[in-house]
Amino acid sequence: MILTLLILIPMIGGLLALAAARWSALASRWVALLAALVNLGITLALWAKFPTSLGVGKTFVEVNVPWVPRFGISYHLALDGLSLLLVLLTTLLTVVSVACSWREITERVGQFHLALLTLSAAILGTFLAFDLLLFFFFWEAMLVPMYFLIAIWGHENRRYAAIKFFLFTFFGGLFVLLGVIGLYVYNGHGTFDYIVLRGTMLPARAGMLMMLGLLTGFAVKLPVVPFHTWLPDAHTEASTAGSVMLAGLLLKTGAYGMLRFAIPLFPLASSTIAPVMMALGAAGILYGAILSYAQRDLKRMVAYTSVSHMGFVLLGIYAGTPLALQGAVLSIICHGLATGALFVIAGLIQERTRTRELAKLGGLWAVTPKLGGFTLFFALAALGLPGLGNFTGEFLVLLGAFPVNPIIASIAALGLIASVIYALWLVQKTVFGSNENQWTLPDLSGREVAVLGVLAALLLWLGLYPQPVFDTARDAIVAAQRPVDVQSDTEVGK
Amino acid sequence: MTCRDLVSMLPILIPAYAGVALMAVVAFLRSARLAFWFTVIALAASFAAVFVSAAYAPRTVSHMIRVDAYSLFFDAVILAASLLVTLLCGDYLRSHEKRSEAFYVLLLFAVTGMLVIASSAHFLTFFLGLETLSASLYGLIGYTRRQSVSLEAAIKYLVLAAASSAFLLFGIALIYADAGTMGFSGLMLMAHKGMLTTVSAFGLAMLVVGVGFKLAWVPFHMWSPDVYQGAPAPVTALIASGSKGAVFALLLRLVAAGGLQNNRHSFIALAVLATATMFVGNLLALNQTNVKRLLAYSSIAQMGYLLIPVLANGAMGVPSAAFYLISYMAAAIAAFGVISVCSARRESGDMEQLSDYTGLAASKPALAAVFALALLSLTGLPLTAGFFAKFYIFTAAAERGLWWLLIVGVVNTGMSAFYYLRVVFALYSHRDTRVSGFERSGNLETPELTPSTALTPMISLSACAAVVVFLGLYPAPLIRLAEAAARALNF
Repeated sequence: MILTLLILIPMIGGLLALAAARWSALASRWVALLAALVNLGITLALWAKFPTSLGVGKTFVEVNVPWVPRFGISYHLALDGLSLLLVLLTTLLTVVSVACSWREITERVGQFHLALLTLSAAILGTFLAFDLLLFFFFWEAMLVPMYFLIAIWGHENRRYAAIKFFLFTFFGGLFVLLGVIGLYVYNGHGTFDYIVLRGTMLPARAGMLMMLGLLTGFAVKLPVVPFHTWLPDAHTEASTAGSVMLAGLLLKTGAYGMLRFAIPLFPLASSTIAPVMMALGAAGILYGAILSYAQRDLKRMVAYTSVSHMGFVLLGIYAGTPLALQGAVLSIICHGLATGALFVIAGLIQERTRTRELAKLGGLWAVTPKLGGFTLFFALAALGLPGLGNFTGEFLVLLGAFPVNPIIASIAALGLIASVIYALWLVQKTVFGSNENQWTLPDLSGREVAVLGVLAALLLWLGLYPQPVFDTARDAIVAAQRPVDVQSDTEVGK
Repeated sequence: MTCRDLVSMLPILIPAYAGVALMAVVAFLRSARLAFWFTVIALAASFAAVFVSAAYAPRTVSHMIRVDAYSLFFDAVILAASLLVTLLCGDYLRSHEKRSEAFYVLLLFAVTGMLVIASSAHFLTFFLGLETLSASLYGLIGYTRRQSVSLEAAIKYLVLAAASSAFLLFGIALIYADAGTMGFSGLMLMAHKGMLTTVSAFGLAMLVVGVGFKLAWVPFHMWSPDVYQGAPAPVTALIASGSKGAVFALLLRLVAAGGLQNNRHSFIALAVLATATMFVGNLLALNQTNVKRLLAYSSIAQMGYLLIPVLANGAMGVPSAAFYLISYMAAAIAAFGVISVCSARRESGDMEQLSDYTGLAASKPALAAVFALALLSLTGLPLTAGFFAKFYIFTAAAERGLWWLLIVGVVNTGMSAFYYLRVVFALYSHRDTRVSGFERSGNLETPELTPSTALTPMISLSACAAVVVFLGLYPAPLIRLAEAAARALNF
């Protein structure tokens, strides 16, 4: 019931925000913020109650009712450590998104909040679904509100970006559907239930094809390098809230799909393809970093850093050692916070200067010291400064990947150097230097400081004391470990 | 013919006699309002009669009409669709054609034709129903006679429908010559015993051509965009929904009877038709700037998807096709319904350019929402009927191992997203920032958006939207009904 509420509250909140917009835009904003805060409160309460050791393959809260009995589809939501962490991230970033659009969005405010909160609901559903078709249902349901967020409230080239985003992810989703239908046809239980399917043995070749179907969809969302071309456009053209949701959450659904479905359902096929995926991960790290350095548009630059960071996540997931997986999960969360914050900053800068072009910026520290300070902080987080969360995550990924494949891990480690270059370049071009364009801008308001301050505090906390995240995720990610590491303590994947 | 036979045929008899009665009444009392409500009541009564007849099913009335769970299921679907379309007509005709009484007479006859097709158990009844439907449609398509596009469409439909009827008749004759029967059950018997020769196969092929014309399969689709564009929007809705639904219901029955897809050659032929229909429909829709033409090509593609479950057959074939058909019909009526409402107050032709719809969401949010919902359902996105419909037919194909067909379907679904989204984007963009690159053929001056605000079309649109959303959230009841209907086919 509590899980259903998590999905319903944003949806109802969105509808109320739409209705409230008839009276005033401000009312609509408050309603949306309230709904997002209530959801955040519920998830925090759930986390507080979450046991320190849940047990492998167990779930904390669960709801399971038949939905379409003919196909054995059930409305099966469940919460384990992995889901909980991502749900926390989702509810937090939803609050951030509502807050950072407070002044930016002035048109169709009601519809905006409806789209934003529906998107949040769909993402929550994706992280909670324990039925493959239900998962796919939410997975596809994310597309429409995100499409609108880009297409209506986006920047200059929004039409192109929105359609490109939609087509890429929709095609990817259809491959997921192929895999899901394949699982249904081959498993012989006539069910889409994750728990049942996790224990079924599939013919090697069919299993490989289905795994590739699922993986294609997840790889487009993550994105893995050859499938990433939608990302820079979508991130750049979306409004600030859209970019935060995209970078902070939508990309994570791809990683989550791999951790939750692609690997545990097809352990053998996944370990076969793991070296390829690890290599793609390393390639993504370097490629994203290099391209990021070459960008002239602030948001586009941040977008390419996402490609790089997601490379670390991919590397960690397919390295499959406990350390690497923990690192990947921590990276997912920290990237959501840090990149979300960087997009918020890009939005703030654009709101003030009406431009995102790096060449026209510079010297902002002098006029807006608070903004400059935060920019420096999050750029340092992105480059992996020890003491901030991203460092811990990426370091663990490299540490965990090294014994599996030293060469790939070593190449990937070069990404840390590349990230220093782009992060410092970013700071250099925006806040440092002389104020050549004579910008005179208002500094951050209390609301903006609060949003960025919370994100900064969390990153600092995760950098210094990430143990709570590890404790929460530990039992849930056992299913995603490499078969060799798993045999000793669990039967998962047999 | 007993009294029970008559009662079991009530759903067909009511619209037929209502049409005759209306013809007599309007000869003395010309009132469009009276004719409209008379038609609405007749269709509603006929819909109610479906449940009365259900008590007498299954039954075959003099070898010609089969009343069973399957035909009653489709009767109900066709009547519901016709009722929704009728609700659109009243307001539309008020401003487009002064004397609209005969329109309703033709409409009732068209519905009768559809019901006869869906219930036929014999080639003769099938042909009778089809001709009744076609003859009424000629009149309906050309009803707004002051517009040349409308007349052109009517003539085009007349010529091509007549040609397709010729194929159909010849096919039926060949089958009769070979099998010695025109009843579907007799044909099934022959087919199962393997007694059909090449002559019959040739006859079936011609039959497929005839049916293919009606359903606008590629390469028999040429008439479709012109007729969709030229016909008054509510009539287009009827052609896209009821008319296709009825013919498809018959096709499914025939396929189940003749075991068409179990034969290697006919399987290949249908597979080629399906693939071509999907690809051509979607590819030609990609660059349309006329919304009615775009929807015409889209509905060609939709008929292609519907061939997937036909080819799959199996336990899921018929029910999944029925489910898909219903979700398609609801979306099609909603889409053309919005066009009809937007065009109801326009003197000249329908509002059909994509650029006309730019920014509809700002002035008429509810209309735009229904249109967007219909388009998203046709794409197959969650929270709409189209999602489960696509899932159902894909699963039906997967269950039979037709993976290649599934991939064709998936690729086409992905392609279709492009043009459906283009319309959605137009609906939700600003009126001043025109959709760049696509308004070339549009009017230069911006026509005022003056959609109708009459109540009856709104009821129809809300009902369609409700069906689309309900099936998208809770498809289980309709799946059960469709499966029950499909079981009746194994007579």
